[in-house]
Amino acid sequence: MITPIRAELTVTDNVPFGQPVFWPDGQRRFYALTLERPEWKSWQPGQFIMLRPLSGEECVWARPMSICRVTSQSLVLFIRVVGSATDRFSRLKSGDKVIVWGPLGTGFDMRPDTPTLLLARGVGIAPFAGYADMHPDPSSLSMLFGHSLPSSNYPTDAMAARIEVESLHDRTPEELEEFHRVARLRMTEYKERGGICLACGPMPFLKKVWRFANEIDLPTQLLLEERMSCGTGACLGCSAVTSKHWPDPVKAGLPVQTCTSGPVFWAKELDLDASLSERRD
Amino acid sequence: MDLRATLVPGLLELKNPIMSAAGTFGSGLEYSPYGDITQLGGIITNGLTLRPCMGSPMPRVAETPSGLLTSIGTQNDGVEHFVRHVLPQLPWQDVPIIPNLNANFVEDFSELAGILAAEPGIAALEVNLSCRNDNRSGQRFNQNTVTAARAVSAVKKAAGSKPVIAKLSPQIMDIVEVARSVEAAGADVISCIGTVQGLAVDVRERRAMLGSITGGLSGPAVKPLALRCVWQISHAVDIPVIGVGGIRTAQDVLEFMLVGAHAVAVGSASFSDPEAIFRIVRELPAVCEEYGVSDLDAFRGSLQG
Repeated sequence: MITPIRAELTVTDNVPFGQPVFWPDGQRRFYALTLERPEWKSWQPGQFIMLRPLSGEECVWARPMSICRVTSQSLVLFIRVVGSATDRFSRLKSGDKVIVWGPLGTGFDMRPDTPTLLLARGVGIAPFAGYADMHPDPSSLSMLFGHSLPSSNYPTDAMAARIEVESLHDRTPEELEEFHRVARLRMTEYKERGGICLACGPMPFLKKVWRFANEIDLPTQLLLEERMSCGTGACLGCSAVTSKHWPDPVKAGLPVQTCTSGPVFWAKELDLDASLSERRD
Repeated sequence: MDLRATLVPGLLELKNPIMSAAGTFGSGLEYSPYGDITQLGGIITNGLTLRPCMGSPMPRVAETPSGLLTSIGTQNDGVEHFVRHVLPQLPWQDVPIIPNLNANFVEDFSELAGILAAEPGIAALEVNLSCRNDNRSGQRFNQNTVTAARAVSAVKKAAGSKPVIAKLSPQIMDIVEVARSVEAAGADVISCIGTVQGLAVDVRERRAMLGSITGGLSGPAVKPLALRCVWQISHAVDIPVIGVGGIRTAQDVLEFMLVGAHAVAVGSASFSDPEAIFRIVRELPAVCEEYGVSDLDAFRGSLQG
């Protein structure tokens, strides 16, 4: 396990990614936020950080952000503005200070000689940028990327220089169905090739991938995104329910924390159909 | 400067008045990468029930102005798991470990207390009276003096020599009356406040922000409410009070002590910065000096009218 550290870091750059897109429920904006590199000894793609601006009362709590890229000088996050906290992140400027703790949680499996299918949807592409950077044999990787906004809003160009990228733009429910159909088809192909699959994106998409992985019996990892408050496993806010295949039989069928047992899970070890339905009385 | 805080002489003496609050610090081990947990006054661990509990539906957390709304539903692996697998890993010889007890039946409170009281690694028991309903009355245990006293009395009987802390929430008719009733029922200490029930909604989606609709509000938003309760209760009872609610800085600790708290528990501040509680412990002596506080016992409850 990589021991996380808490650091106060300086923002070195924050640039919009693509043009803002006008959507029925408001503007869609994307940013690449660059921070000075924390003094991490190591990290794994799929891991995340908790991020909070150091000053400003309007954002009291931190937010989990997937690590997009780490270079010798910097830590890069890919942010889609979805609410007040991400809006505040979008307004961070060079020189601003942030509190970061990480790297947190589990990372994606990386097998040099195994055909590896990356399935990404929307902002779920973020951890795969770092994955493609770090993989010792990028020729064994290919990515299927589904997006409802223009591809210029996502860091696909930089990735396409290193790995094979198949990009599907869906503007209608029918086109979204087509994306899911192609995803299942690619998974079947990777099963035949003895490969593995890694997926990141919104929950409805991950649920489909989870179901396909179980049907096809393809070793598949899912990166779950849940609301989190602590990132340390203490608050129990981000639970996922395990399946009977969970490695520790004592915890099989019980909730585990996405922030510490995940966010990357093997699909067969989760039960995404199980509901945490015990309401407060 | 002497920072020690005595809650129960000989049985619950803290090296400083700063503890972690239940539900915000895990077992303590979750925060060991960020500081030395044995430097804390005490660790009040996450809520426990007799049997494993799945907890509330997702989502369970939502940010509100200066606050955090949560509904966890006491997700936990049950008391046996805690005693067998968690407690042996905790540095209980160096820092008091205080589990937080949850139940819907007085009998369950009693059984939980009996199991935990048999453990040498447990320093005291905190009875959560504000998160679950009493199966008999259908209301939170601290909703009235009778059910609150019944739960505390059951825990006290089963707890042997372990001190019993009664945790109260302010969402009741008269927190002072309930405080007096738990004192009479044998509580050694009162901690307050637990979270306050709230609701956060998303107008666009026309949905509640939490899967269980309502949740408990914590964070800086509730600090004035907590200060008021600590001030009222500390005047009404003879047992010590642990102040809980929105503490983020060493100055906040002094605020709670000024209104009568013997000790405090830091809660959701740990979510906004995992180092927060360690920084508060580190900074308390300097902040005491800044405010001319040289003796915490003399300072306690010295609020002028």
